[in-house]
Amino acid sequence: MMALVLFAGLLGAWQLYADLGNVDDLILPAPAQIATALWDDRALLWHNLLVTAQEVALGILAALVLGLACAAALHFSRVLRHATYPLLVASQAVPVVVIAPLLIVWLGFGIAPKIAIVALVCFFPIVVTTLDALSRVDPDTLKLMRTLDASRWTAFRFAEAPAALPAALSGAKIAVAIAVIGAVFAEYAGSSDGLGHLILQSIPQLETARAWAAVVVLAAFAVALFYALDLVQRRLVPWTSTERPL
Amino acid sequence: MGSDREQAVVVQRATRRFGSVTALADVTLQVATGEVVAVVGPSGCGKSTLLELVCGLESPDEGTVTAAPAALMAQRDLLLPWASALDNAALPLRVHGAGRREARAAAAPTFAAFGLAGFEGSRPAQLSGGMRQRVAFLRTLLAGKPVLCLDEPFAALDAIARAEMQAWLAAALERWAHTDPATPTATPAAAGGGSARTVLLVTHDVEEAVLLADRVVVLSPRPGRVVAELPVDLPRPRAATDPGVVVLRAAALDVLRSAPVAAAR
Ligand SMILES: Nc1ncnc2c1ncn2[C@@H]1O[C@H](COP(=O)(O)OP(=O)(O)OP(=O)(O)O)[C@@H](O)[C@H]1O
Ligand SMILES: [Mg+2]
Repeated sequence: MMALVLFAGLLGAWQLYADLGNVDDLILPAPAQIATALWDDRALLWHNLLVTAQEVALGILAALVLGLACAAALHFSRVLRHATYPLLVASQAVPVVVIAPLLIVWLGFGIAPKIAIVALVCFFPIVVTTLDALSRVDPDTLKLMRTLDASRWTAFRFAEAPAALPAALSGAKIAVAIAVIGAVFAEYAGSSDGLGHLILQSIPQLETARAWAAVVVLAAFAVALFYALDLVQRRLVPWTSTERPL
Repeated sequence: MGSDREQAVVVQRATRRFGSVTALADVTLQVATGEVVAVVGPSGCGKSTLLELVCGLESPDEGTVTAAPAALMAQRDLLLPWASALDNAALPLRVHGAGRREARAAAAPTFAAFGLAGFEGSRPAQLSGGMRQRVAFLRTLLAGKPVLCLDEPFAALDAIARAEMQAWLAAALERWAHTDPATPTATPAAAGGGSARTVLLVTHDVEEAVLLADRVVVLSPRPGRVVAELPVDLPRPRAATDPGVVVLRAAALDVLRSAPVAAAR
């Protein structure tokens, strides 16, 4: 409710600024113009959203699978952890704009390089939150597993892995925004559709309102994805659902 | 104690230090198979450390500890928050390789005997403190070890729930005492009270010790040493108001109070 009021207030202020200020329509269209573009271009926007949504969803999924596996491996091997952690951080510092064209060259013009880029940017937050959760499992619980004659693997399976899954989903939630940005850059680097591609096309065509409409759709998609992940987390890990909802 | 009985736990002149802290100093203790021994002592005197030595989680810096396989019920219940009560109790069976269905089938019949019928599917957060404690106890039993190490199993409970659990444990011990100690197993029947167990019970409640144990071992403040061993030759079931219980309780308290002097010797 508060979120809605705040949102309406911000929109009003924006509309006023666009009407009264002397900013060119071609740089900052008013909300009313964007709304019109949203309606007029709805088929175009919808088609391109489906493309981008698929890239983002598959990318996050790939990052979840790889991130969980990688975090487990790093958790098991201290040597591996110390050896690869700086590399992991460094991978996060490589700008997407630089790596995207390279991936297009390697993986072609299709959806594969987009998934790779989204997975790349989501991988790090997922690994970090998962690794953190694994390292914070109660040592007394691990002691209990030892008194039950559990092997390292059995202890992981019954006491540590169930703590890792919700953490990985938290990481994915953190990564949603950056995943959407990653997909847009990936489309900039080379694609024939997707919302990023649409934005890139609209600006030189002076269709600024359409570009902004695409941005609105992207933002709405990010919000929807965030809450979808939140819902999955609640479903999969109902024991934490006593925590306050977002 | 008598060398005529088979010993399940033998601690010989064991010392355990953590850095500059000596938790246990020169402790000697024997527990015969089928015997219930209570260890009392002030907070921080090394009671939990003693149990961890017996369970093989720690090794002594000096002296030796030999014990039959022992299961530990820790001070905190350590239930897995994501697993149901039934799955928590059945955890030892899962760890030993049983499938989910098989483990549940083996653990389920014990729930009624523990007053947990109907709560099989509840998560730990939905259980009362006493229920959580019973699930943890059940898990310890289902580990199928001949020795049970109980670390203040009822400390977290309110007075009424504690009295209830004490009476319940006393009855369970009574049942085990009349069965063959040679065949401890992890079958449901055993968990419900089939075979005899050797019990090492840590508590700081002297009354609880006298009510439940065959023998009470009193430790001094840190570093923990054995300052007294009081045999409890009283008929069961015992009540807190029995004259014998009252006398022994007073005696144990006396030793506890004078213990610092004994330790400083
Ligand atoms: N792993 C450890 N590392 C360092 N110090 C420890 C460790 N375990 C126990 N100690 C210390 O050893 C001493 C005895 O601890 P222990 O837990 O055995 O006492 P306790 O008698 O069980 O106490 P309480 O009644 O509070 O449970 C304490 O001073 C404690 O701080
Ligand atoms: Mg303790």
